[in-house]
Amino acid sequence: MIHHQHDIVIIGAGLAGLRAALETSRVADTALLTKVYPSRSHSGGAQGGIAASLANESDDNWELHMFDTVKGSDYLGDQDAIEILVKEAPATVIELEHMGVPFSRNANGTIAQRRFGGHSRPRACYASDYTGHVILHTLYEQGVKQGVEVYSEFYVVSLIMNKGNCCGVVALDILSGELHLFHSKAVMFATGGYGRAYKITSNAHANTGDGLSIVYRVDIPIEDMEFVQFHPTGLYKHGILVTEGARGEGGYLLNKDGERFMKNYAPEKMELAPRDLTSRAMQTEMNEGRGIEGKDYIHIDLRHLGAAKILERLPQIHELALNFVGVDCTKEPIPIQPTAHYSMGGIPTDNHGQVVIDKDNTPVKGLYAAGECACVSVHGGNRLGTNSLLEATLFGQRAGEAMAELVQREKEFTPLPENPAQPAEKEIATILENEGKESVAQIREELQVSMTDNCGIFRDEKKLKKELEIVKSLQERYKHIHIDDKGMRCNTDLMEALELGHLLDFAEVIVAGALNRTESRGSHYRIDYPKRDDENWLKHTLAYRTDKGPRFDYKKVVITRYQPTERKY
Amino acid sequence: MEITFKILRFDPDKNKKPYYRKYTVKVEPGMTVLDGLNEIKWRQDGTLAYRRSCRSAICGSCAMTINGVNRLACNSQILALKRKTVVVEPLRRFPIIKDLIVDMDPFFEKMSIIKPYLITHSPAGLRERLQSPEERKLLDEPVTCILCGACTSSCPSYWYNKNYLGPASLFKAYRFVFDSRDEGTEERLRIISDRDGLWRCHSIFNCVEACPKSLNPTYAIAELKKKIVTTKL
Repeated sequence: MIHHQHDIVIIGAGLAGLRAALETSRVADTALLTKVYPSRSHSGGAQGGIAASLANESDDNWELHMFDTVKGSDYLGDQDAIEILVKEAPATVIELEHMGVPFSRNANGTIAQRRFGGHSRPRACYASDYTGHVILHTLYEQGVKQGVEVYSEFYVVSLIMNKGNCCGVVALDILSGELHLFHSKAVMFATGGYGRAYKITSNAHANTGDGLSIVYRVDIPIEDMEFVQFHPTGLYKHGILVTEGARGEGGYLLNKDGERFMKNYAPEKMELAPRDLTSRAMQTEMNEGRGIEGKDYIHIDLRHLGAAKILERLPQIHELALNFVGVDCTKEPIPIQPTAHYSMGGIPTDNHGQVVIDKDNTPVKGLYAAGECACVSVHGGNRLGTNSLLEATLFGQRAGEAMAELVQREKEFTPLPENPAQPAEKEIATILENEGKESVAQIREELQVSMTDNCGIFRDEKKLKKELEIVKSLQERYKHIHIDDKGMRCNTDLMEALELGHLLDFAEVIVAGALNRTESRGSHYRIDYPKRDDENWLKHTLAYRTDKGPRFDYKKVVITRYQPTERKY
Repeated sequence: MEITFKILRFDPDKNKKPYYRKYTVKVEPGMTVLDGLNEIKWRQDGTLAYRRSCRSAICGSCAMTINGVNRLACNSQILALKRKTVVVEPLRRFPIIKDLIVDMDPFFEKMSIIKPYLITHSPAGLRERLQSPEERKLLDEPVTCILCGACTSSCPSYWYNKNYLGPASLFKAYRFVFDSRDEGTEERLRIISDRDGLWRCHSIFNCVEACPKSLNPTYAIAELKKKIVTTKL
């Protein structure tokens, strides 16, 4: 066991983690841990843009952005947090530009902005369809400039708590197989989403939601996990993202009759309705036999935009469609299907990124979270496209500021408890020594397929109850796994087994939460309860771990400016 | 269709030297080399080690040598290779840590030498710095680079001299030298015209052939050379 001491440990080097590290490493000894390399983080998979009311294309202001976000969230977003998000958005984007982000430009030299689903103005600042990639690389470059200390390919296994205070993490050096203990005054999770709980997903292999279950296992609740966003346009059979920017630029969604079916679901917004509504519309078309060739896919047609515009604004989509489904989108429509994309829920935090553990927002000393793994909640029941890059950057910065302030104030480290690495050591030893008959890949496959079938876009009690049983039986089978690789060096077999343990833990929370919430709101749609029920369910879910499965409590939604009304597009 | 994967295996803790091991994979249309590797790891041999993450050609984790050419496993269709046997090896001339996993640290360390960040001295102001679409267009290629290392690993000049900055770092230098907002041209040009810098490039074009994003580092290096010649350092 190798011991380290740093004031601050940040886990995850996507937009939230990197932005936080830029803030903290100016004044505090910071370690940035990532299970990949910073430039490999999945923030780089974001394509279409980052929201800010810069008003470069038309009139716009933060109030319009706020209303769009609140409405998009189906009124479950906390309006105090959303107000911070939208008010500080322009400064956040301008700061990124000053750092060097190569945004696409208007003729007058200002940052170009495009339309996006659920936004009433063109406010997605973009860099063709590589927006996340270029922001990620720019923040990484700033980290190099500032000398941020990065531990690449370090996989965090457990969180160390002492009497309710957080005091570090235990991590596996993936390449050498050695365990490292990081003792710190503050820990921040910026570990991203959990799309890998589903078969069809836009997420990377790395997006196994480890951070969520790591905190859940030390009796910290996770919030609103039942809200899983399905992005309407994933490449057929692959789930790889086709940016909403493709519709922002004017792309059509077509069923087998060549009909722009969105006119039947969102006559005003058409293809630029929010993602929850659009995915449901697509799924309905397919369920009613109007998928292409009667199958489970739809077309997105870009041809009328012309090859020049496609290659200038959507070069990555052109490349992806060609490489993965063999379609030249300047000449043919692209086959697409909804794909598990984003987790609105996560580790509950206050507006400064500090983790809170109950309905009264009682903070945990030394523990922070930001980005997709966190739930502030600015996205409520459904996130609007381009608000996630904004949230990750902005709340990453805020968490960084809060941690910097904490470690300057607190001169002493919280002492480590006895045997701080024991849970991590035990978890790893159990997997290595286990000689069961079950295969990690098989259990994961069954989880992903059944989650897609039973806990996807349309849900009901029967399917959810069935899924809960499936997840529980998979958890049981997980106790009897066997892995081939018993070595230390680059044991990715072990890593996949650890990741599966996390997937199984929080998948249970998603399903139980979905079963528990007997209404339809945002991305959570219950066929058996098709209406939003503000009287009973205008509240956040908090799930606490118990030996018998999650126990639920609830937290009030913060409503400041906009009272809930019916949501129409 | 059954395809043989012939994979270079090496665990320095267990093997004296690298060796090839063959696996048979049933391949369906649409399957990529990464899908094939996953199939092997998940159903046949869990000890096989390789990097992967996004599986959509944006993270750069899975660069490796496939049938002798550096590419990304994730966007290489198996059937498009038109071979009954797919030979998979780690990125050449990068030290092997295990199987297809190579040491990327030297690659990233080289990147940091060229000051890979926007350098500005004039005050930024409250709004964005202005840049015309034409100025921005010069950056289209270099900002698409995913730092996968395929180019540097394919470069004979790099094979010969491991201190050479290599095409990826020079491409990054180009990205800033030709950014109209950057004010660090001279200091950056001085760094890259060092003895291990861009004069080691002999326009062999291997990097262009290797780039999985169809980018052209050789062109960028030539433009940098011109810039150095026309700038009074």
